[in-house]
Amino acid sequence: MTGFYFAWDFLPKLAQGLLLTVEITAACISLGFVLGLLLALGRVYGPRPISIPCSVYVHFFRGTPLLTQLFMVYFGLPNWGVHLSALTSGILALGLNTAAYQAEYFRGAIQAVKRGQLLAARALGMSRLQAIRHVILPQAFRIVIPSWSNELILMLKYSSIVFSISLLDLMGMGKRIAARHFNYFEVFIVVALFYLVLVFVLSQSLRWLERRVRVPGLGAPGLR
Amino acid sequence: MGFLGQLGQVGHYLPMLLRASLVNLELLWALLLIGFSLGTLVALLQVYGGRLLGTLAYIYEWVFRSVPALVLLFLFYYGPSHFGLDIQSFLAACLALGFRSSAYQSQIFRGAIQAIPTGQMVAARALGMSRPRAILHVILPQAFRLAIPGWSNEFSSVTKDTTLAYAVGLNEIMRYAKIVMDRQYELAMATFIVVALVFLAFTYSGNALLGQLERRFRIPGLQMPGATL
Amino acid sequence: MNALLVVEDLHKRYGREEVLKGVSFELERGETKVIIGPSGTGKSTLLRCINRLTEPDRGRVWLDGVEVTSPKTNINRIRAQIGFVFQDFNLFTHLTALENVRLGPMRVLGMKKAEATRLAMEELARVGLADKAEAYPAQLSGGQQQRVSIARALAMNPKLILFDEPTSALDPELIGEVLTVMTKLAQEGMTMIVVTHEMGFARSVADEIIFMEKGVIVEQGPPAQLFSSPKHPRTAEFLRKITELYGGEG
Ligand SMILES: Nc1ncnc2c1ncn2[C@@H]1O[C@H](COP(=O)(O)OP(=O)(O)OP(=O)(O)O)[C@@H](O)[C@H]1O
Ligand SMILES: [Mg+2]
Repeated sequence: MTGFYFAWDFLPKLAQGLLLTVEITAACISLGFVLGLLLALGRVYGPRPISIPCSVYVHFFRGTPLLTQLFMVYFGLPNWGVHLSALTSGILALGLNTAAYQAEYFRGAIQAVKRGQLLAARALGMSRLQAIRHVILPQAFRIVIPSWSNELILMLKYSSIVFSISLLDLMGMGKRIAARHFNYFEVFIVVALFYLVLVFVLSQSLRWLERRVRVPGLGAPGLR
Repeated sequence: MGFLGQLGQVGHYLPMLLRASLVNLELLWALLLIGFSLGTLVALLQVYGGRLLGTLAYIYEWVFRSVPALVLLFLFYYGPSHFGLDIQSFLAACLALGFRSSAYQSQIFRGAIQAIPTGQMVAARALGMSRPRAILHVILPQAFRLAIPGWSNEFSSVTKDTTLAYAVGLNEIMRYAKIVMDRQYELAMATFIVVALVFLAFTYSGNALLGQLERRFRIPGLQMPGATL
Repeated sequence: MNALLVVEDLHKRYGREEVLKGVSFELERGETKVIIGPSGTGKSTLLRCINRLTEPDRGRVWLDGVEVTSPKTNINRIRAQIGFVFQDFNLFTHLTALENVRLGPMRVLGMKKAEATRLAMEELARVGLADKAEAYPAQLSGGQQQRVSIARALAMNPKLILFDEPTSALDPELIGEVLTVMTKLAQEGMTMIVVTHEMGFARSVADEIIFMEKGVIVEQGPPAQLFSSPKHPRTAEFLRKITELYGGEG
């Protein structure tokens, strides 16, 4: 197994790639969180001129391949005079994509909060916005945590797609090393192990987090 | 030239793109077949396979769910040649995405099997059915029905993921879209939008079909616990 | 051996708890035995040990001279000869009433579909549900579901049917229709063991009553004797309580 001995030489490089993977995942999931929340609120509470575009957005980004979306941003936008760096494009495309999925989770969670909660908040004299902010969303966030954790892990894996626009994330770095030494198999076994560990650590931490923020009696019907 | 004009120009390439999309559909079909049969097997092992086989099935599921599709594609494409075997990109993609899907499908089927009340198995055994027979005639027919909604999600997801085979050089639609772009860069956006529309058509017709399947096979009183009608 | 069913010294424990502590009895052809006793006494466990849905720890069971508990016995073949009616019916959710009844004959006895269908219709008619053949379990009332499950047991042409509290999950107004079917079966000479709290049924239909408590048979005898002059104080105590609870003759 000389190949795996050789793996020592490229571990630092892969670690560098891993760092980029984590950064891209964190950036796109945050972007998706904000945008997804807005989309969900738009769909649930917005008037038709707002809710319809929000729906169209969600359907488009959930119904088409991520790779196509990435190429639209990286190769397509310059047609319209918008030039973005590879890194920005990667984060933007992944963020726009996960926003659509997160929007669906948020919408489901918002709708799972019992109707009486909004009424009770309004009865206290809160405005609609206050009620949403202080009563609905705090509950919805807790309900959404399991699906949201899944989405985060999914994005961690899908972020590997940015290698196709020559970013040197874990995947891209692996590809570059493998191409240079033409030992794809060993390199990608190691890359796979990196992802396995990464996913394992992340999912365990999320599970821990879930337990920390659990509120007795609050769960989505059918989600658990 | 306006965007509509560009879309019109992409029209010339449409037949080529659509023909390439057939490769995506072939891949989809093959990977679903692998994913379905292997996924069912893995789920059955997880539920009924005992300690050893059950654990192995869980490990299998965990590995194929944790490693990104692209990494699996590379492993299946370059792996065999490492051992002196030549493998075509189509076969590599079928196996990589098929095994991966089997892991996701096993999770769906396992959930469905576990949602069936234990009394169903007990009643079947009380009639004198062997375990395999009871699974075949009583458990699986119910589990597959319960699994349709979850399975539809997986279907959408792998339909789109067939484009990832682009990475191992499969002559599928994204590869041709890239070829169009390389020839006429000003058509890049329009081309990718057309590709996106093709996939919208795929995912929507697929989901409509599955929705029909679900309604067709819906049985009063049979639903996932907690599901609302 | 003349009895249809012989149960000899059955023992079963779950962890620390000894649920059956040596239960023995015999059942003649055409006989109906009713088992009564407080909750958690091991009545269900006893029934399930008879067709080995639960494996007994010790003791033996014979059906028609064949040892059920022998490891060499093909248990599926035995179960095909012993009907089992569950408290919560356990009809196959994905099958219509007709399909529920003919599944056993087709898949266990290897009957052809047409023949199994005819048989199933007959059995459904026997429990008064010929018109519900196409209904799914969820579309039937509890009483109707239980009658279908009796038809499902009957379609296997069993030597013996075990009933585990067949009316306990039913609304009071639906109990009668099920008991009527069971009474008719007993009169037609079906061999049955019935665990129930329906004392009226027990008194009028049973050939013998078994009173069980804490994993042992405390007392057994013909209903007239057991109800009017129980030998054991525990039996008397139980009968008094059950009469208060279920309003006597049911
Ligand atoms: N699978 C099992 N695992 C552990 N304990 C069990 C199991 N099945 C039954 N028991 C225990 O065995 C005891 C007897 O149960 P069983 O169901 O046989 O009683 P029963 O007489 O039928 O009571 P009931 O009238 O409530 O149906 C109970 O204490 C029960 O908790
Ligand atoms: Mg019981």
